[in-house]
Amino acid sequence: MILAVAPLSDLLSFGNKGYLDELMWGAIATLEISFLGYAFGCFLGLLGAVGKLSGGSLVKNILGGYTTLFRAIPELVLIMLIYYAGTNGLNQLLISFGFEPIQINQLLAAVFVLGFVQGAYSTEVLRAAILAVPVGQVEAAKAYGMTSYQQFRRVVLPAMLPYAIPGLANLWLNITKDSALIAVIGSSELANVTRIAAGGSKLYLVFYLLAAVIYLVISMVSDQFFAWLERRVRRGQRKLA
Amino acid sequence: MNWEWLPHYIPLLIHGLYLTLVLLVSSVVIGGIMAVPIGLVQVTGPWPLKVLAKAFCTFIRGTPLLIQLWLLYYGVGSLFPGIPGIRDSFLWPILREGFYYAVLAFSLSFAGYEGEVMRGAFLGVPRGELEAARAIGMSPWKVLTRVWLPRAVRLVLPTLAGEIVGQLKSTPLAFTVTVMDLMGARAKISSDTYIMYEPLILIAVIYMILTFFITRAFNYLERLVPQRR
Amino acid sequence: MKHTRRLFLAAVAAATMFTASPAFADLKFGVDISPYPPFTSQDASGKIVGWEADFMDALCAEMKEKCAFEPTAWDGIIPALTSKKFDGILSSMSVTPERMKTISYSKIYYNSAAVIIGPKSADKDFSPEHLAGKTIGVQGATTHANYLEKYYKPKGAEIKSYAGQDEANADLTAGRVDYIMADGVTLGAFLASEAGACCEQKGAVPIDVAILGAGVGIGIRKEDTAFMDKVNAGIDALTAKGFFEENTKKWGLDGKLILPKDMK
Repeated sequence: MILAVAPLSDLLSFGNKGYLDELMWGAIATLEISFLGYAFGCFLGLLGAVGKLSGGSLVKNILGGYTTLFRAIPELVLIMLIYYAGTNGLNQLLISFGFEPIQINQLLAAVFVLGFVQGAYSTEVLRAAILAVPVGQVEAAKAYGMTSYQQFRRVVLPAMLPYAIPGLANLWLNITKDSALIAVIGSSELANVTRIAAGGSKLYLVFYLLAAVIYLVISMVSDQFFAWLERRVRRGQRKLA
Repeated sequence: MNWEWLPHYIPLLIHGLYLTLVLLVSSVVIGGIMAVPIGLVQVTGPWPLKVLAKAFCTFIRGTPLLIQLWLLYYGVGSLFPGIPGIRDSFLWPILREGFYYAVLAFSLSFAGYEGEVMRGAFLGVPRGELEAARAIGMSPWKVLTRVWLPRAVRLVLPTLAGEIVGQLKSTPLAFTVTVMDLMGARAKISSDTYIMYEPLILIAVIYMILTFFITRAFNYLERLVPQRR
Repeated sequence: MKHTRRLFLAAVAAATMFTASPAFADLKFGVDISPYPPFTSQDASGKIVGWEADFMDALCAEMKEKCAFEPTAWDGIIPALTSKKFDGILSSMSVTPERMKTISYSKIYYNSAAVIIGPKSADKDFSPEHLAGKTIGVQGATTHANYLEKYYKPKGAEIKSYAGQDEANADLTAGRVDYIMADGVTLGAFLASEAGACCEQKGAVPIDVAILGAGVGIGIRKEDTAFMDKVNAGIDALTAKGFFEENTKKWGLDGKLILPKDMK
């Protein structure tokens, strides 16, 4: 049984003989995991930032522990810990509250894990951005009789965005790259798909280079997008001399 | 929790810690040295060098380190059978060890990130200081070594602790190319004993302690170096 | 702001729709994500094919279930099972006393020899004494890794472990390891390929059932006893039908696998 390797033109094609369509799906999965993880992370970060700024001392201590711990331990170690132990813990929690344990699919687990790591960083970014909003603007909102939710929604949130976006842009670039770490626990995102394609075709150099180029395109396009976004949210802000 | 395995694996863990530290220190030193010219040519270099340095930084910062490492290790490795005599060459003892690929990949990565930081730092040194140095007749080389570089490094110092912690957190990737660093030691313990969580928790704590020491050391260092504001 | 929100929702919807994951299967089996031909490997069309893939299809037809593979990193496949990422492990996993402490196994559905392969230029002797000072590659967290650790490392061989069998094979081709130990059938497939032209089988290692196990079974959570009975009934039915012999012939593995019938 000789397993001859197919010609290069076949391997580098779309369809059933080539790996390019798999790579494309892998890239989509990478974007999807990154995007959902990022959204989850930003949500956690917003809660974390508000909690750190206005919570009681218990909340502040817990959040302080979360951000310190999650930023001091390598992402790879965290990902493995949360992926295996975290989802286990979630199920134990469900059982103890009398619910059925759930089977968490890999995509959701990856999103959950990356989001948790991301949340620690975005907490800090958003906290700094909220602090950067001039106090006078918040006081003015208060003087108008806005409720604290209104103050946050109508004044703090739009006013902090220009300060938050450079940091958040960086975090997005990080999560697209960190999503590759999910390969180590196994998922069908770009890094792992590349590993399979490289192993199946024996074209290790070609496929890893190709993957690098795809990641590069993702990050360069993202860069452009965030530059545009920053210009947009800075409308009406005075230009720095 | 089951920690019965721990006494038996202490030597392995210590060796793993040693390799992690060697990976960290060597990549920070090599990458840090490379970052100086990479940052400098982007500010003053001739355009081909400028473009090259810029492209290098963009590539390193735009692709996952894991892919860079696999590209170097498995990508380059797949070329070996086509190179006759490579296994007898004097380079072979280095080419066959995953450790050196990890050092190279991590150094290039550090150089890419720090190169960008150094570019900003070189730009951040007040022009007046450089002009003053030139005015008293320093050669361009002297301006660089006596004024520009020391001032740029001083500007970078506060961010360096964070960058080095970031680098430390990248080192566990080395275990994917057979390096028995802390992460590799953990993998072996899990493989031998079928215990998954406890070794992970242990190395998480070790990485935290290392992070703590790096942060402390740099705080101390920063206070040692005088700076007038 | 409204516009942005609509954009966001559209993106989420698109992302969810594009997911090419087997989320609709009723049963999921964890499988090593790195290729393990001829048992399980992902081909260029993205499908997992091989002797074990056909086995899963036949077993699930027998059990009247819709099944799919869930590719997972090998070294975490047991914790992934216990933390309910899937229902069973169907990935050439040897049944060993150590593993039985954590999970249960179905009836054994095949067994094969563990072998050592190395370059054609090296001699045939592969005893632990002879391989002192040599580097042996192996997939981590496998029975073979444990075997090397027990018999070869004390005699002075260096053991390099890899996340997947494919990476170990690649490093043998590259010459970065001198030998590899793994299952004889998957290494047979490697030796028959272009990349394996460098090397040959040196021989099968002496059996140590406590470490290598008595064969390959489906890993199942200890508490899932009803599922276990169902799987075992399915394997029995397939044995009675002669499926295993047929499948072995289909994949050209005649005489290389010990099948359930022979074990009785």
